[in-house]
Formats: sequence, C-alpha cells, structure tokens
Amino acid sequence: MREVGIVSFAQSSALRERRNEVEILLPVAKEAVEASGMKRQEIGFTCSGSSDFLQGQAFAFVMGLDAVGAWPPVVESHVEMDGAFALYEAWVKIQTGEVDSALVYSFGKTSPGDLAEVLALQLDPYCVTQLWPDADSVAALQARLFMARAGLEERDLAEVAVRSRRAASDNSHAIVKGESDVETLLAEPCRSSPLRAHDCPANGDGATAMVIATGDRARALCDRPVWIRGFEHRIDAPALGVRDLTRAPSAQAAARAAGVHDDKLDFAELDAPYTHQELILRESMELPEDLEVNPSGGSLCTRVLFSCGLTRVGEAASRIASGAGDRALAHTTQGHCLQQNLAVVLEGE
Amino acid sequence: MAELCGIVGIGQTKYDAKRIDVSMPGLCREAALRALEDAGLGFADIDAVVVGKAPDTFEGVMLPENYLADALGAVGKPLLRVHTAGSVGGSTANVAMSLVQAGIHDRVLTVAWEKQSESNAMWGLSLSPPFSVSVVAGAGGYFAPLIRKYIARSGAPEDTGIRTALKDRLNAHKNPYAHLQIEGVDFEMIANSPMLWDPIRYLESCPSSDGACAMVLAREQLADDAPNAPAWVHATAMRSEPTQFPGRDAVNPLAGRMAAQDLYKKAGIQDPRREIDCAEIYVPFSWFEAMWMETMGFAPEGEGWKMVYDGATALDGDMPINMSGGVLSSNPIGASGMCRYAEAAMQVRGQAGEHQVDGAKLALGHAYGGGSQYFSLCIVGTEKP
Repeated sequence: MREVGIVSFAQSSALRERRNEVEILLPVAKEAVEASGMKRQEIGFTCSGSSDFLQGQAFAFVMGLDAVGAWPPVVESHVEMDGAFALYEAWVKIQTGEVDSALVYSFGKTSPGDLAEVLALQLDPYCVTQLWPDADSVAALQARLFMARAGLEERDLAEVAVRSRRAASDNSHAIVKGESDVETLLAEPCRSSPLRAHDCPANGDGATAMVIATGDRARALCDRPVWIRGFEHRIDAPALGVRDLTRAPSAQAAARAAGVHDDKLDFAELDAPYTHQELILRESMELPEDLEVNPSGGSLCTRVLFSCGLTRVGEAASRIASGAGDRALAHTTQGHCLQQNLAVVLEGE
Repeated sequence: MAELCGIVGIGQTKYDAKRIDVSMPGLCREAALRALEDAGLGFADIDAVVVGKAPDTFEGVMLPENYLADALGAVGKPLLRVHTAGSVGGSTANVAMSLVQAGIHDRVLTVAWEKQSESNAMWGLSLSPPFSVSVVAGAGGYFAPLIRKYIARSGAPEDTGIRTALKDRLNAHKNPYAHLQIEGVDFEMIANSPMLWDPIRYLESCPSSDGACAMVLAREQLADDAPNAPAWVHATAMRSEPTQFPGRDAVNPLAGRMAAQDLYKKAGIQDPRREIDCAEIYVPFSWFEAMWMETMGFAPEGEGWKMVYDGATALDGDMPINMSGGVLSSNPIGASGMCRYAEAAMQVRGQAGEHQVDGAKLALGHAYGGGSQYFSLCIVGTEKP
C-alpha cells in the first residue's frame, strides 16, 4: 500500500445556516486547499460525499463543483455517502498509482427539511417506510434492546452525554456543549422512550474538506502529516428484524480489518449519533474500557449529516498533528441502527 | 497500476418501462445473478460491492443500496455507492475497477440500476429548491438548445438526428434486452413523430426504463482462470467541469475532450477511429451521436454528422456506434452508463450475438451526465494491455 497522509483539514461552523450548500462549502474548500500548500490545479483527484435527499434536489452535488474550482476540468467523483467514504474512494484512487493527491469534501444541510421524516426514506420502501418511523424512534428500539441485554439504565446513557458535552466545550464548532449533570438531564421528558434529547444527535448544517497526499509529498507539505494506516468499511443487513440490533458486526469486522488492535490507541473519534450507540460501538469494536472516546464531543454534540464522518477523521488527524496523541481510530456510520460502519486508523509521523 | 483488471461476468435485465414483476432488490439480483453465472461464481466469491444509481428521488428511496445490501450479497462486506449524475453507470464501474487495480480486492461485483416506474423522473428532475432555478422541462428541454447550437456551428443536415435514431432503433431489434423494439420503424415514422423539444422528436428521444446492469471484475490471475474469456480493462478516464459559466463550450465540452485524450494516452492509442473497433456512446437524444464523435476525436470538429451520413457508425460501418441500440432504446438512467461499458465488453468477448461486430478486439464505453459536464470512459480489449 502507498503511504497516504492527511495534509490539511477544514470545517465550517455546524450552526443552522441561512447560506446554501455552495456558499457554506466555498470558504471551507478554499481553507483546506490553501492550508495544504498546493495549488488547486496540482491536486490530482477530487471526491465528495453528500445526499440529494437532504438538499431536496436531484444532482445536488453538481453545484458543489462551483465551490471547489473545477476549471480547467478535474478528475472527479462523488459518493452518495458520508465524506469519509469519499475519502476512501480517494485513498483507493491514490493506491492505483494514477494520482498522488486528492481534495475530499462533503456537506449537509438538514435544517430546511424534517430530518426524522427524510431518514424514514432509508428504510425498506415497501414494508417499513410506509409506517413513517422517525429516526429517533428507530434508534430508541435499538437502545431499549441494548439496555436490556447489557443491564444498563437511562442513567448510563446520560453519562455518555455529560462526558461528550464536557469534551465539546473546547470545540468551537460544537452545537451542544458545556457542563451538565445526569440528574438534570434525566429530569427532562423522553423524546422517544428511552431516549431523551441529550441521547440524540445535535443536528446542524455545514461542510468539511480535507487534502491528502502520498508519502514524501505529504512530508514536504506539512510538519507532521497524519498517516492513514488502515482503512476498511463493512455493511450489515438492513431489515431491523433480521439482525441483533444490540451488536454491530460490520463495525467489528471493519475495526479488525483496519488493524485497530495491532497497537495501542491513544483515543478514538466515533460517529455515534446516539448515546447508546457509542456504547455498542465500544463493545463491538473491542475498544479498551479506559480509551478516551470523542475528545471533540463527537456527533452527539455536532452532527452534520454526510459530513460528520469526514469530520471525525479530520478531528482525529488534527489532534494527532498537534501532538496530542500518536495513534487514533476514526469511525463513521450510515443507515439506521449502525448498519454500515467505516474505520480508519491514523498515526502521526 | 498494481493489478490488471478483467471483466469476467456481465449480466443485464430485460429493460422495460415498468418491471412490475420484480421489486427493486429483485431487479438488481436479476442482473447480479446473471453476471455471477457468466463468471462461474457465487455471491460468496465476491469481496466487495459497488453500486451506482442516478438521483434517489427517481425511486423515492434514500440510499437504497443500504436496503439492497443483502439482496446483493454485500452483508459483511464493503459496499460503496457512487453517484455522478448520468455518467454514474460508467463512473461506478471505474471505481469498482480501481478497487481491483489498486490490489485491494480480488473480485468485485458492480451493479448499476434504476427503477423509474417506482417514481417519476420528470418530477425527480424538476424539484424546485428555494432560490434556485428549476429546469422543469426535464433533460430534453435542457439539451435541445445545445443541439441547435451544434447544427448552427456545423451546418449538419436536419435529418442527421433521424438517421441516427433509425440506426439505433434497428440495432435494438438485434438486442434481446432492449426496451424499445419498435415494429416497422423507418425514416418516415421517426420524421413524423411529434416534435418534443425542437429539433428533438419523440422517436429521437430515450425512453424511461427500469433495469439493472452488473459486472464481475477480477484481478489478472483470477480473470485468466475465468470460465469465459475476460474483457481486459486497458484504460479508464473521468473528467468533470461546472455546469455554467461565461465562455463554457457546452456543445463540445473541454471535460469531454480531456477525458478522451487522457483515455487514449493511457491506452496507448494514437488514432482512435482506426484503432478502436467499435464504441458504445451515451446518446440520450439522437443528435448527440454526431456531437460526441467530435468530442471523442473520431471525427474532426464540425464533421461528426458526416459519420452518421456516410453510414460509418452503422453496425457494418468502419466505426460502429451503439450496436446494442444504445440509450435511445433502453434508458435505466443510473445503469445506462454501465450498459455502455457492458456492451463494449461483450463485443470484445464475442458475446454480442446478432449485434456482434465481426472481429472486435478493442472497444470503447462512454457515459456522460449533468449538463454535459461529467464524463466517464473505458477501453476494453480481447488481449491484455
């Protein structure tokens, strides 16, 4: 495998936006490219992740080209997935030897629509979507099953929220942050039992961009490139009734294949939009109990759909680049109840 | 490139306006199982699945590949979903090929599909987001002015489009998978069909189809051992450019020309018209054949229409184009690009039946999308590159 390093990373504020997707993306892409030290035209490949259904428009990603400089024409691709999967495609492209660098970006703006309703469209269209189960309620089914199996209480979930919000205090992009306590959180009403608002993701609008490059190129461009050492993703069955919702076998398989356990991790950035999902992921990915998870506050505190996976990678890479760790796991998930999972192992130079 | 990639299995569904006999998973499985059968493999032999489809609004299902994961044998494996507008069938195959070429996977299944009867493509294309202009007219309304510009530039005779449509519609009679096989189609029938978006007539337009196309890809050693001779991937190329800006040539887009030149360079081709035996080109409206002949470098600028007129692009011409009947005869949008690649591969494998070009050894697959701004290309051959 060719050595691929993360050279630069930029993200927008995740707060509710009046700007459209192109306007949100433009300064973020510009920042990532400028920070990379490369000229736009020098970057060999461009790949993005986004969703037509969030934007309520066919070919929504086409307008993204206006924001990232696609003239003269660029070698470019797009996945209808989180930006972390666009990063995967770019990494594969570099592995073919055709290119040595890539600009990866993603964006999501959920505020104009009813997200809970939109996400119901991801379920079995013939038998389940017709019932319009909202995303929080589907997650609540999983939470209920997991709590029963693991012998947990709502208090255990609230502790995840308290810790995540505290960690997010230093994150200028975070939507929800600050000190809270379990008793106060548990005094709030349930949104979809057993989940309360603090158990559910804080959704926002935003964009993420990243530049990656091969070995010596990356070394020449930045002081401490962060290397992609393992990169894997897997998917589980979609039907909620055919798999054990309290486990995420695709997360386990991705983590093992990516070499998560080959060496000691300093921390992990997990895309766990619900409190109980962090606990399921920790267990399924076989992470040590004392491992620091989501020093950024994670997607519980800041979720920009279709961008939050790439943001997890970027947050982890930034932390390593700053010297606050040498080896980390970044993760993202897609679909309901942790159906699809991606794991990246990052290491500092 | 770490590895050579061979196409060892190809599967297509029967394309039709409404495949009400199958669900979305049923449609995709029909193509996938045929491709696996051709390759002598089962789902268990596949390492990863790459799915392509045009906008999710065309079926009204968000990220439908997540729902399709077990129907496509992807559970426990990596699954990627590509979406690059109309070129997606081509770019999906390119991504799948890169997984083999990079040495990451041994065997990859790639499936591209569309089930337009689940929803309505015209609705899907005409949503009106706030502060943006909706195209409303669908693809024909968008592309007709580009064709008029081409006619003004090249002085092409006005029946060029009719002649192209007739050729493709007659080729479709030879392809058992084709959606439209219009009985008794002739020049008069096409010329007298209603004018939809001047100069595009009804019978010069692509249909809305349900359908899926699948390919099994394998690394060199495994492709060598495949039960049926593989089509070897010689080169792939992709280019994109923005939709609109002052001075953009949307008739003969730079992205299309650059993609073609990149492809020929990678494949070591000097004279594409002479060296390439046949090509499947994405032609959703008849006139685009003449236009793309120029973009692809098969004809000098302004002379693409002459290839149509001279019969060069007919099945027995010197540069057969759209032997399968093309997009004009079957248009499951998300799959249409992969259908082009599949036909090119079938030609060099000698699998094309009545629409086989004699002795085809090197064939080109082409897909484009958006406002003529996304291009995906491949060249496949009987011999290894």
